[in-house]
Amino acid sequence: MIIDSSMTWLIALYIFMLAAFTGYEVISRVPSILHTPLMSGSNFIHGIVVVGALHALLTATGLFGQVVGFLGVALGAANAAGGYVVTDRMLAMFKTSDRKGG
Amino acid sequence: MYVQHLMGLSGLLAAGLFIFGLKRMSSPVTALSGIVVAGVGMVAAVAASFLVVFDLMHAGNDRLGVNVALALVALAVGAGWAWWKGGKVAMTAMPQMVALYNGMGGGAAASIAAVALSGDAGGSPLILGVTVIGALIGSVSLTGSVIAWAKLDGKINHPWRFGGQRIVNGVIFAATALLGVGVVIFHGVPSGLSLAILFFFGALVFGVMMTLPIGGADMPVVISLYNAFTGLAVGLEGFALQNPALMIAGMVVGSAGTLLTALMAKAMNRSLSNVLFSNFGDLSGAGAADVKGEMKSADASDAAINMRYASSVIIIPGYGLAVAQAQQKLYEFVKLLQAAGVDVKFAIHPVAGRMPGHMNVLLAEAGVPYDIIFDMDDINADFVNTDVALVIGANDVVNPSARTDKSSPIYGMPILNADQAHQVYVIKRGQGKGYSGVENTLFYRQNCSMVYGDAQAVLTQMVQSVKDLGA
Repeated sequence: MIIDSSMTWLIALYIFMLAAFTGYEVISRVPSILHTPLMSGSNFIHGIVVVGALHALLTATGLFGQVVGFLGVALGAANAAGGYVVTDRMLAMFKTSDRKGG
Repeated sequence: MYVQHLMGLSGLLAAGLFIFGLKRMSSPVTALSGIVVAGVGMVAAVAASFLVVFDLMHAGNDRLGVNVALALVALAVGAGWAWWKGGKVAMTAMPQMVALYNGMGGGAAASIAAVALSGDAGGSPLILGVTVIGALIGSVSLTGSVIAWAKLDGKINHPWRFGGQRIVNGVIFAATALLGVGVVIFHGVPSGLSLAILFFFGALVFGVMMTLPIGGADMPVVISLYNAFTGLAVGLEGFALQNPALMIAGMVVGSAGTLLTALMAKAMNRSLSNVLFSNFGDLSGAGAADVKGEMKSADASDAAINMRYASSVIIIPGYGLAVAQAQQKLYEFVKLLQAAGVDVKFAIHPVAGRMPGHMNVLLAEAGVPYDIIFDMDDINADFVNTDVALVIGANDVVNPSARTDKSSPIYGMPILNADQAHQVYVIKRGQGKGYSGVENTLFYRQNCSMVYGDAQAVLTQMVQSVKDLGA
């Protein structure tokens, strides 16, 4: 396990609840001109799944775990890297009239 | 023990940076730094995951060396491919690219669950149950996103529908859910493994079946929904792995994605269940009232010269503009107008392009500064005092029937008030209807003229006509 004391289901529910409100609040203030980069930005953030897949692969004790773990890490890494690069490309294009070039 | 503290702290850091990064994305000024901040969090979390190796060395796992090598190769292959692909994808193809990356995240969450369920390490029924639910959602997101990608990419061109489809899908879902319960009950028993295989198969098939009947025009909403699904799956697998960083990141995306999905569905005047379960686009001709009057056509150069001598112009771009690859040409025209002292603004409908905000990205790519681009709510009151509204490649979003005609399928959808401008020009390929199949009464109004032709060709002609005037 990644943290040393396992959490109870109640603490897990607290985490889920606070995270859900955080996501809602952060997104509800974003202007709609940024909705597409935002969707891909949040797509990048769930790329953190690669950390879970790495854990599954590194702790694998059998062939099945190694094969599926490998697949999971590759997919998760693609999610994270791809989400980052397209979000970055889109956001880099937004400019104001005042700022030339850049 | 230190190792676990370090990993826990790196997860905390990552979760904090993700939320801070998302927050910075709420303004175009700071947005670019937002994604960089979140990226730093990701790198830290991934690097720290390798620390578990030090713990495992003491435990003596003879596969450890191979596993580390496999992990490095998988990271390089997955990230390398996605980086290369994402670096060269066209801005118009962005929605399907996001769908594909999202599906992969769902697949990764399902893989975590598959590894956890295949082992005989007995977890509590609660952990197993959460793992199974995460696996179901992740698998649906994987195959559903792949179908969404194929549809937007033109690989599947027609929705696949048959009688009793909803019943068949319901049966598949119920069977998969039952298998999931079985997986929890029979975990650790040899026969439980075959149940697990059937369960994953059922979940993957359900994702395909659920997405196939949905029309291409609704895909943005579906992609956004699957984005939320993947977030949820990641959060649930995070609980199964007892990893708070995954739980927080996953749930933040789960709720943000759900909100975004609801906003999109609302902008299209559809409820989410309507998008998922009703076969929109089949009601062609339904409620198409007879329209009085006739369409007038105008010459591109006449329209251009009118705009050159107008004092204010509002441009309403639609996806047709991007299909014609005419954004650059349009901005060239806009710069000519601005040089002549015309006040030019862009008005963006929430569903312009293929997903909310997509048109903004396409205009930004052409170099249009975002401070002359306005959302529907901010600009709708200005049309009354505007000389010319120029509609390019948009249709349903400027149809006044949405305000008045209760029999129209798009009744109630918020629209841009282009019809209130003194003069309206519509650049359009032909006399066809919008994707809703509804006749657009704007085109028949007194103050509206049609400029027929490919947007690229028409705009080239417009630029030339203004230049010929000799500024």
